[in-house]
Amino acid sequence: MDDTDPPPGSGTLTVPDHVLIVGACAAGLATLEALRLRGYTGKVTLLGDEIHPPYDRPPLSKQILSGSWQPQRASLRTAEALLALDADLRLGEPAVSLDVATRTVQAADGSTYRGDAVVIATGAHPRRLPGSDGVAGVHVLRGLDDTLRLREDLEPGRKLVVVGDGVLGCEIAATAVQLGVHTTLAGPQRDPMQMQLGADIAARLRDLHHAHGVHLRLGTGVTALEAAGSRATGVRLATGEVLPADVVVVAFGAAPATSWLTGSGLQTDNGLVCDSRCRAADGIYAVGDVARFQHERLGRSVRLENRTNAIEQAIVVAANILGEDQPYAPIPYFWTDQYTVKIQVYGIPTPDMRISVVDGDPATGRFVAAYHLDGRPAAVLGWNMPKQARQQRQRLLVTP
Amino acid sequence: MKVFVDQDKCVAAGSCVTAAEDVFDQREEDGVVVLLNPNPPAALANAVREAAAVCPAMAIELHE
Repeated sequence: MDDTDPPPGSGTLTVPDHVLIVGACAAGLATLEALRLRGYTGKVTLLGDEIHPPYDRPPLSKQILSGSWQPQRASLRTAEALLALDADLRLGEPAVSLDVATRTVQAADGSTYRGDAVVIATGAHPRRLPGSDGVAGVHVLRGLDDTLRLREDLEPGRKLVVVGDGVLGCEIAATAVQLGVHTTLAGPQRDPMQMQLGADIAARLRDLHHAHGVHLRLGTGVTALEAAGSRATGVRLATGEVLPADVVVVAFGAAPATSWLTGSGLQTDNGLVCDSRCRAADGIYAVGDVARFQHERLGRSVRLENRTNAIEQAIVVAANILGEDQPYAPIPYFWTDQYTVKIQVYGIPTPDMRISVVDGDPATGRFVAAYHLDGRPAAVLGWNMPKQARQQRQRLLVTP
Repeated sequence: MKVFVDQDKCVAAGSCVTAAEDVFDQREEDGVVVLLNPNPPAALANAVREAAAVCPAMAIELHE
C-alpha cells in the first residue's frame, strides 16, 4: 500500500469540524470530555432531551430517592466545568429524526443540527404497565424528575409495590423499606436478580431483603395495574391475585431509545446496531445504553446498560471519531448497593454457569465468587469485597 | 499535577486502580479509594487523567 491509501478499517482520515452528540447524560458528556481530552478543538454540540444539565443516574434509586443527597449532588459537572468544555449545550431539545446522508438531526421544535460526525447517546426509556397514563401513584424511575416524584409519594406507612425483580427494583425496594414504607417486591423470578446472578446469589439477595422487612411476592408476573378512578390501587398478578398498594413503581426494564431513528435507514435490533468500532454508519456512532455493538472478544453483539460502559465506550468512540481504529471490547461491569451490601459484577454471568468461591467466605458475609462456563472463568462477583473482586477480575478475566 | 479524591463519593468500582495502580489503591474492607501519591510524576499524568475520566462516581479531581 502506498502512503496515500487509508489504513484498512479506518473511516475518514479528516478530523470532523463539528461533532454533534445527541443525548446529554453520562455517555454524551463523556464523549465530549474524551474529545477535548484528546485535544479536539472543533465545534461540539450536545443536544439533550431533558432540561437538566448532565446528571448521574446510579444515585437516583439510592441517595436521591432516600433524600440523603440533594438533587444537585447528582450533577455530573459544575456549571464552570461544563463551560470549560466549550460545547454548544442545547437542553430540553428532544431529537425526533436523523437524516443519515447529511448527518442532520431534527429536534422537536423544528430546529436542525448538522454534524460531520454524529454520536447517538439517547439512552433508554423505561417500560411501563399498560393503562398507567394519567394515573396517580404509579411511577417509573429513570430520570431525576421521576425520582423526585416518587420520593414525594414514599411516605412512611404507605404501601408500595415494586414491579420488577432486577437490579433497579431491588435498589428501590431497599431504599423504600428503609424510609419506613411497607414494601413488596413483585416479579416473575423465583428470587431477585436470578437471571442475572444465578440461583445461589439470588437466594442470598432474597434473604437480605426479607431480613430488612421487604415482602417478596416473586415467581409470578404482574399483568396489570389496578386503579380506582385515576389513582393506582395495586397490581394484578398472573395468578389473579391483587397486591394492594398506595404507590406502584414499575422497574421491569428499559427499551433503547431508537424510535426517533425509525425511517433513518439505520438498523435497530434492541438497540442501534453498530460494528465493533461502535459505528452505525459512516460518521455515525452510538454510545451508552442505546448502542448494540459487536463485541469482538465475546464474538456476539451486546448492549450494556451500565455506568462504566457509558464512559469507556465514549472514550473509544471519541478516539475513532478522531481517526483511530479501536475496537470496543470491554469486560462488562456493574455494581449495586443494597442496604450495607456492595455487589460488584464483572463479565456477564448467566444462571447456568457453575459458581465457586475464590476469596472470602459466604458465612462471614464477605466473599468473591467466580462463574465458570465450559470450565473457564467467565464472570466474577464480589459480595462486600470490592477490592478483592477487582483483583479476581484481573486474575481470571483479563487475558494476557 | 495534584490529585484529590473524595472518599464519600467513591463507589468502590476500582476503575482508577486499573488505570493507574501506582497512584490509587482501594481499602481492603470496603473498596473505597486510597490515594497513594497525591503528586504523581509527569510520566504518570496520562494514566491519572484516564483514571479520573473513567471514575463512575466523579470522585477524582485533578489540578494541573
